[in-house]
Amino acid sequence: MTSVRDIFDTMEYGPAPESDTLAREWLAKHDAKFGHFIGGAWTKASNTFDITNPATARRIAQTSQGAKRDVDAAVKAARKALPAWQALGGHGRARFLYALARAVQRNARLLAVLESMDNGKSIRETRDIDIPLVARHLYHHAGWAQLLETEFEGRHGAGVVGQIIPWNFPLLMMSWKVAPALAAGCTIIIKPAEFTPLTALLFAELAESVGLPAGVLNVLTGDGDTGAAIVAHDGVDKIAFTGSTEVGRIIRKATAGSGKKLSLELGGKSPFIVFDDADLDSVVEGVVDAIWFNQGQVCCAGSRLLVQEGIADRLYAKLRARMETLRLGSPLDKSVDMGAIVAPVQLERIRTLVEQGKTEGADFWQPSWACPTEGCFYPPTLFTNVQPSSSIAQVEIFGPVLVAMTFRTPGEAVELANNTQYGLAASVWSESINLALDIAPKIKAGVVWINSTNLFDAAAGFGGYRESGFGREGGREGMYEYLARDRTDEGTDDLAVGRAAKASARIGARAAAKASAKPIRRAAELDDPDRGPLVDRTAKLFIGGKQTRPDSGYSARVLGPNGHVLGEVGDGNRKDIRNAVEAAHAAYGAWSKATGHNRAQILYYIAENLAARSSEFAARISAMTGGDGEAEVEACVRRLFTYGAWADKYDGLVHQVPMRGVALAMNEPIGVMGLVAPDEYPLLGLISVIGPTIAVGNTVVVVPSEKAPLAATDFYQVLETSDLPAGVVNIVTGVKDALAKTLAEHDDVDAVWYFGARDGVKAVELASAGNMKRTFAEWELRSWMSSVEGEGRDFLREATQVKNIWIPYGE
Amino acid sequence: MQSKPEPALRLARSDAPARLDPPAPRLTDSDVERNPGMPLDLDMVRALRVNRSAVERRASTIPTRRTVKKEWQAAWLLRAVSLIDLTTLAGDDTAGNVKRLCAKAARPVRLDLVDALGVADLELTVGAVCVYHAMVPTAVVALEGTGIPVAAVSTGFPAGLSPIEERVREIRASVAAGAKEIDIVITRGNVLTGNWQALYDEVRLFREACGDAHMKSILATGELATLGNVARASMVAMMAGSDFIKTSTGKEGVNATLPFSLVMVRMIRDYFQQTGYAVGYKPAGGIRSAKSALEYLYLMKDELGDRWLKPDLFRFGASSLLTDIERQLEHFVTGRYSAAHRHPMV
Repeated sequence: MTSVRDIFDTMEYGPAPESDTLAREWLAKHDAKFGHFIGGAWTKASNTFDITNPATARRIAQTSQGAKRDVDAAVKAARKALPAWQALGGHGRARFLYALARAVQRNARLLAVLESMDNGKSIRETRDIDIPLVARHLYHHAGWAQLLETEFEGRHGAGVVGQIIPWNFPLLMMSWKVAPALAAGCTIIIKPAEFTPLTALLFAELAESVGLPAGVLNVLTGDGDTGAAIVAHDGVDKIAFTGSTEVGRIIRKATAGSGKKLSLELGGKSPFIVFDDADLDSVVEGVVDAIWFNQGQVCCAGSRLLVQEGIADRLYAKLRARMETLRLGSPLDKSVDMGAIVAPVQLERIRTLVEQGKTEGADFWQPSWACPTEGCFYPPTLFTNVQPSSSIAQVEIFGPVLVAMTFRTPGEAVELANNTQYGLAASVWSESINLALDIAPKIKAGVVWINSTNLFDAAAGFGGYRESGFGREGGREGMYEYLARDRTDEGTDDLAVGRAAKASARIGARAAAKASAKPIRRAAELDDPDRGPLVDRTAKLFIGGKQTRPDSGYSARVLGPNGHVLGEVGDGNRKDIRNAVEAAHAAYGAWSKATGHNRAQILYYIAENLAARSSEFAARISAMTGGDGEAEVEACVRRLFTYGAWADKYDGLVHQVPMRGVALAMNEPIGVMGLVAPDEYPLLGLISVIGPTIAVGNTVVVVPSEKAPLAATDFYQVLETSDLPAGVVNIVTGVKDALAKTLAEHDDVDAVWYFGARDGVKAVELASAGNMKRTFAEWELRSWMSSVEGEGRDFLREATQVKNIWIPYGE
Repeated sequence: MQSKPEPALRLARSDAPARLDPPAPRLTDSDVERNPGMPLDLDMVRALRVNRSAVERRASTIPTRRTVKKEWQAAWLLRAVSLIDLTTLAGDDTAGNVKRLCAKAARPVRLDLVDALGVADLELTVGAVCVYHAMVPTAVVALEGTGIPVAAVSTGFPAGLSPIEERVREIRASVAAGAKEIDIVITRGNVLTGNWQALYDEVRLFREACGDAHMKSILATGELATLGNVARASMVAMMAGSDFIKTSTGKEGVNATLPFSLVMVRMIRDYFQQTGYAVGYKPAGGIRSAKSALEYLYLMKDELGDRWLKPDLFRFGASSLLTDIERQLEHFVTGRYSAAHRHPMV
């Protein structure tokens, strides 16, 4: 035994184990065997699989593989519980959330120890970070439940939700999913990751103990098959998933056209940017918290170190020195910084990628101390001299491996930071407020931490840009993911117009023109009995501020309601879409940076110029649809005013996060958007999608009504006279669903809106999985004339993404 | 992103990056070569950056990332005892209480506990006894034969605003009276006004006056307003030849804290890497519990290494701390919680 006298000389750290006795007792109480928690009762364990402690490689429990019939039972239970849970009201649900928060706090150490045993993460992290954040999330959302009816007026819970969560923060991710859903009045089927289901099961017990009504929370264990069954189930109204981009893509495809709401929080390769005026010693600790926190198994881990060239060697030296003092070992030891990797398969993946990094020529470095050989451990690793072209700079390693590269200028730092398919988080280190706050908005990421990293709080939204997913968790923005709007337009005339338009659209305008047995006749209004025909007009596409002929060289006839020809319109194709997207990108930089005031003026000016030509547009609309053209133009002018009004008013929020500082939730444009306008109102439909998107700084490629496109092609003349910069709005006429698919497949289009048939919705959602672009696609009719259903915040929310910028301060 | 090709002819460049290979360390396991200081490098001082929020975040996890239990805790606490500058700095100090303090310094832990812990051969004493100048002769006599040095606070302690000649004279008088260590105070105004040259000159002057006595420079961090100032004052004090830098007089509103300490030890590390000279660290004021003492040891071990866990490079300025450590040691030996009155008072 080591003596006090010896230690006095060596001053070594000794073992400091956290007891696992109570956690073992809890497991033993269940014979270390668990069924599912469905409808308030526990099923008998069946078809079990082993749960292993990754630090010891020993089995600690067995849980059941959820089968299709278990999913059916859980969905049935959730569906049954839903009406009463919604009827309970915000306050009643707040009481349950409060009780859950308190129950978590009362059982905090048991949860922390069990989490550490199940996942391999250090007890320090589960005790000081995971579990306190779980309680915090439940408290915060008890608050949203309480305020739901007043703060989210006109909305109700989205229904039965299916939630699938990862293994890296098992209980924390569960709370991020469960808390907002319960607050909103949803009932839940949640599947913890197959590696780490134990704290979810304990949480179900806590839910039982606080008397949560049966069926409100159902916990199913199992692997990806169980998850797939939840995703596929017809009785589920919304899916929320956190995990890899690969699986996220599968889920996006699986839910396409189903009408299920979807939020995805996926992978990342987040940049950690260090400028030469940063506090380098603090940067080093930042890196420790960024990539060696939870063994680097963090979706938002700062895994790409971008450092200004002049200070790179100094920072690397400091980092290496720090890595030598990191302690790795038994996760239940209270003196370790790093625990175990969750499973052998993950360890193997890390090893393979590290080997690849070496092969590709980057400089590899690990500390001199020995890593335990028993259990799943991997030492902290630093690669320097990494090039963006090497795979370790691009691929999410999901382990304690940092790749470092240098930059010369702030501009180059931003370029490197954004040189990734992901966009989850970023960290910016500089002591200059000007520099830091200049860089933060330029980075494509949902969370930016200034002089800090991996800060999380229930009050601030978390979620990604690009292929890191969509939707937010936490904050006001996170609540919307679990809410649906109350419809106010049931049975209105407006919907009747839509239904009629849909019925005729089903035949297809072009098909109708082709199939028409009637001889092609010009519409009477195209002729002037005294002077012969009106001067011929050619409707073109509008791309990059220019009227252009379609690449195909074909045109399609546009028929009026009586079957007479009103004109011809360019038949746009893939290449026109490609050109339009390029034009939209060229315009994006300046338009997204234009002030709201500037964009507002242009929107008002468009309205002014449209109003000046209102009788011409009204006649055109009436000729195409037979409807009330005057009323539609009037509604268009109003709508443009609405978005002119919003352009400088769609403010973000300042979240109160528990630190000395602020988290700014900024509403940012999404980028280049593809818009497929509804058919029923040729001009109002177009303006209803252009207005909100360009008001907040997006540039757009819009496909107008296929059947009645001539109002849109007249409209580009209005745009041309309204000071709208070239490329902000691009109009491509043609076959709606073909163009929609091209837009949805385009990897440089950041979001697509689609209003049309269900098949079209499905095709758009399927194709969007390519770059995980956001979609806003509806087949249900909307009352476009209504100022409640046809415009406003819902559209603005779909036109923006929230970036949370954490700014700690204090000198 | 490509590295540039090496130029055929290497030219001396004024903008060459700072030297990366640290100069040879001027210390061994048993000896520390005294820091001679260096010319004031204002570029280096002004380039220092400290991010308070990040420092506080790191400091807050020092107590949570490490702990020592059982034998390790006992051993670490014994080490802490050896690092204490057992201090009395009160207006009502007399020969009586100073002698009592000195006796405790020489025998800081009850002998039965020392035996039970198996560390009798250490002949454990505290690091030093720290008193006002007037008490130096008493302490020197009381500690004769123990090897424990007497430290004197000096230079118009605690405010340090008496005439500069008097402050220098005070150092000389304490050294003449037998003080082996002199804890000087800096003029805070020089830091608050950014007058680094004046600060440097003042500390340099004190160092000369100290002669062979080791000099600890008290920065009075609680009065320096910002962590950036703490960093810059630390660096200037080391450039001017301090053997130790020390947080506080114990008389400021805020005394030693982990964030102050983190900033100061980071400066010690930078200075060591730049010059090869190891400067010691002394947090003082407010460290009253064994647990708190251990936290400082984690900080020193992880930030500077084991070498900074010895009395020639680390001291606690404390008095009541010792009693709490004794209670914890007795608890380790007996398994029962102890009481202060069971240990000879300081």
